[in-house]
Amino acid sequence: MSAPSPTILNLPDQSTAQLPRRNFINAEHGLLSWLFTSDHKRIAILYLISITFFFFIGGAFAGLIRLELLTPQPDLVSSDTYNKFFTMHGIIMIFLFLVPSVPATLGNFLIPMMIGARDLAFPKINLLSWYLYVIGGTLTLTALVLGGVDTGWTFTAPLSTHYLNTHVITTASAIFVAGFSSIFTGLNFIVTIHRMRCPGMTWFRMPLFVWAHYAASILMVLGTPVVAIALVLVILERLVGIGVFDPTKGGDPLLFQHLFWFYSHPAVYIMILPGMGVISEVVSTFSRKRIFGYTAVAFSSVAIALFGFFVWEHHMFIMGVSNYSALIFSLLTMLVAVPSAIKIFNWCFTLQMGSITFETPMLYAFGFMGLFTIGGLTGVFLGSLGMDIQLTETYFIVAHFHFVMVGGMLMAFLAGVHFWWPKMTGRMYPESLSKLAAVVTFIGFILTFMPQFVLGYLGMPRRYHAYPPEFQVLNVLSTAGATILGIGYLMPMIYLAWSLKYGAIAGDNPWQATGLEWQTQSPPLTENFIEIPIMDHEAYDYDWLEHKTADEVTHVG
Amino acid sequence: MDSAIATTQAEQGIAEQQHEHVSVPQHRHHFATPEQQREAGSFGMWLFLLTEIMFFGGLFFAYLLFRNWYYDAFVTASNQLSVPLGAVNTAILISSGFFMALAVWAAEVRKKSLLVLFLVLTTLFGFAFLGIKADEYHEKFEKHHIPGASFDTSQFINPAAYGLSEKPLAPDAAQKTQLFFFLYFAMTGMHALHMVLGLGILFWLMIRAQRGDFSSGYVAPIENFGLYWHFVDIVWIFLFPLLYLINRHPLAH
Repeated sequence: MSAPSPTILNLPDQSTAQLPRRNFINAEHGLLSWLFTSDHKRIAILYLISITFFFFIGGAFAGLIRLELLTPQPDLVSSDTYNKFFTMHGIIMIFLFLVPSVPATLGNFLIPMMIGARDLAFPKINLLSWYLYVIGGTLTLTALVLGGVDTGWTFTAPLSTHYLNTHVITTASAIFVAGFSSIFTGLNFIVTIHRMRCPGMTWFRMPLFVWAHYAASILMVLGTPVVAIALVLVILERLVGIGVFDPTKGGDPLLFQHLFWFYSHPAVYIMILPGMGVISEVVSTFSRKRIFGYTAVAFSSVAIALFGFFVWEHHMFIMGVSNYSALIFSLLTMLVAVPSAIKIFNWCFTLQMGSITFETPMLYAFGFMGLFTIGGLTGVFLGSLGMDIQLTETYFIVAHFHFVMVGGMLMAFLAGVHFWWPKMTGRMYPESLSKLAAVVTFIGFILTFMPQFVLGYLGMPRRYHAYPPEFQVLNVLSTAGATILGIGYLMPMIYLAWSLKYGAIAGDNPWQATGLEWQTQSPPLTENFIEIPIMDHEAYDYDWLEHKTADEVTHVG
Repeated sequence: MDSAIATTQAEQGIAEQQHEHVSVPQHRHHFATPEQQREAGSFGMWLFLLTEIMFFGGLFFAYLLFRNWYYDAFVTASNQLSVPLGAVNTAILISSGFFMALAVWAAEVRKKSLLVLFLVLTTLFGFAFLGIKADEYHEKFEKHHIPGASFDTSQFINPAAYGLSEKPLAPDAAQKTQLFFFLYFAMTGMHALHMVLGLGILFWLMIRAQRGDFSSGYVAPIENFGLYWHFVDIVWIFLFPLLYLINRHPLAH
């Protein structure tokens, strides 16, 4: 590896770029060729379409929630309906958008290409995972159409098992099925990363995107089955009426909490880790520098996965767990901040002395770094026991969670979608419009969720559809921000669709990035590479890219 | 080497090596070699079994928790299970696993008729296990030990009336036996569900084995199914002592 000085690269002249005559998109035609495909890139596109669909449904519920909260009075919907709104918002956004967002779309598309493989290890299981996702999504929509469910996305027992008469079983089955979709994705990634790397692709030459997905996959494989069995027990408890979770029958509601959060806390790392992988790629590419402290960033992903399994009880500090275990879980919770901070600091040092350019993915990445840092640090507040008792079940929690998940993960997702859009479709998105969208998203986000920190600190509880009038100003600000945020999310939807037909032709490597996926044609061939590549340099080696011979064969036809 | 893409001396060497391997018709082309395919398959199966461990782990955790909380009720309820039937079933399941191991061996030495025979024996013992299990479930049904509306605790409140020499339980403690039976049905039921799925796959494997799919050196499905079947065995090896054996009162008849 050369000295960490940036290599100045000129972006290629795109006016001469041509779309390759043969690629994975035009290899076969017709709907069935997509529905029965085993090509990881086509499955990624299927996922991209379906998660976008669910994102906008979940977003619509968020809009309805913010609309209700515009005024202190409960004037738009009844409290039961409001409960159903935030439940549906949570379930759709978490299980049907955030968990599969980056892994199932970008990860699916890119991991085989990044490690020089022709496909994931189990292409048919990959397709099966998409079908399971669709079944899970359909069941969720069924529950919604039949009248909704109002347990909250956490299915808290015994509320979910005994007191509610809504469509809990349908929704729990939906999440059970969608969970297996996630397990199969994770399993496929782990086997692929272990067994399918091309010659020369050692573990420490892999892009950090792959490391992040590896860590997230471990969480998917180990955590998801536990929430699956917890949901099976909820379903059985509703069907048979026995009280594993019902204290009046000798059961233990805390047992449900343990089983549920044993998955659902690691699940937030399933959501954020792949996003961090995206940021590593974007920050390196647009600073033209190798990621500072590559090994530390790689291991910090694994450390987050490891620590992430031992912090779940911080969701239960006010539920009567023992003080001593709360103390330990509080300490462990703060430990997670260490590898997260390692990532943030290393990205900052990567930027230092880099030749930074501000393309759209980079703007989203900057948004990620700022918002994730705020979200992460407020997580440390919440991890400390005294603060947690004051702040839990208030809007502070809502704001913290959304800073990490929306400000962090969704920014990273959009950064990744823009960054790899030329690779996936062969066409560029409109640059100035997308920069505007990135800025609008950032402003809308801050305006939506910053007031919620204040509201939470002042004591406004979450999950109510009415509130004291003195909170109205901040709530109006938040609703106004949500409107701007909604526009910020609609814009990419529209111009990305537009660019499919009218976007400028991208060429093989429009960003002059170093990953193997960029060294082939855009969009790639069905088999990814004409010949399996040999990795003969470190990851993020811009000197290698500069001196790479120009006469290599990357096109067919 | 200048380029990551260009064909190099080293790669040609690898390509030549590949041709020395036996090429099987089941080789899928995104794998560089059949070995890679086989390794990926078995690694995937081990990972899947890991998820299964976590899945059953939740139930085991719940069982251990409630066993500690409601010790007396769980012991009394546990005495209602038949150790002889459980022991016979354990032996049957181990035999089934033994024949599965022999089937893997038969596939590896490419003996088609032996393979089919061992798969049939594996299946028969699997069905025998489920048959005995069904008989045990039926007995619970007759004694009203199925959790739910028809659950009857009188046998635990007044054991003498049923000719049992158990310590009588207070009515609220006797209610907790329902938790034991619920977990008993959930755990053995989940185990039985895995067996039913396994038996389905066994039929499919038998048809393919009869067709000669596994007689030419391609044994991955047999091997991987073997791993699954042994996993199902091992779950039972933990269930049998936990549900039937530990801290039983001396059998009194």
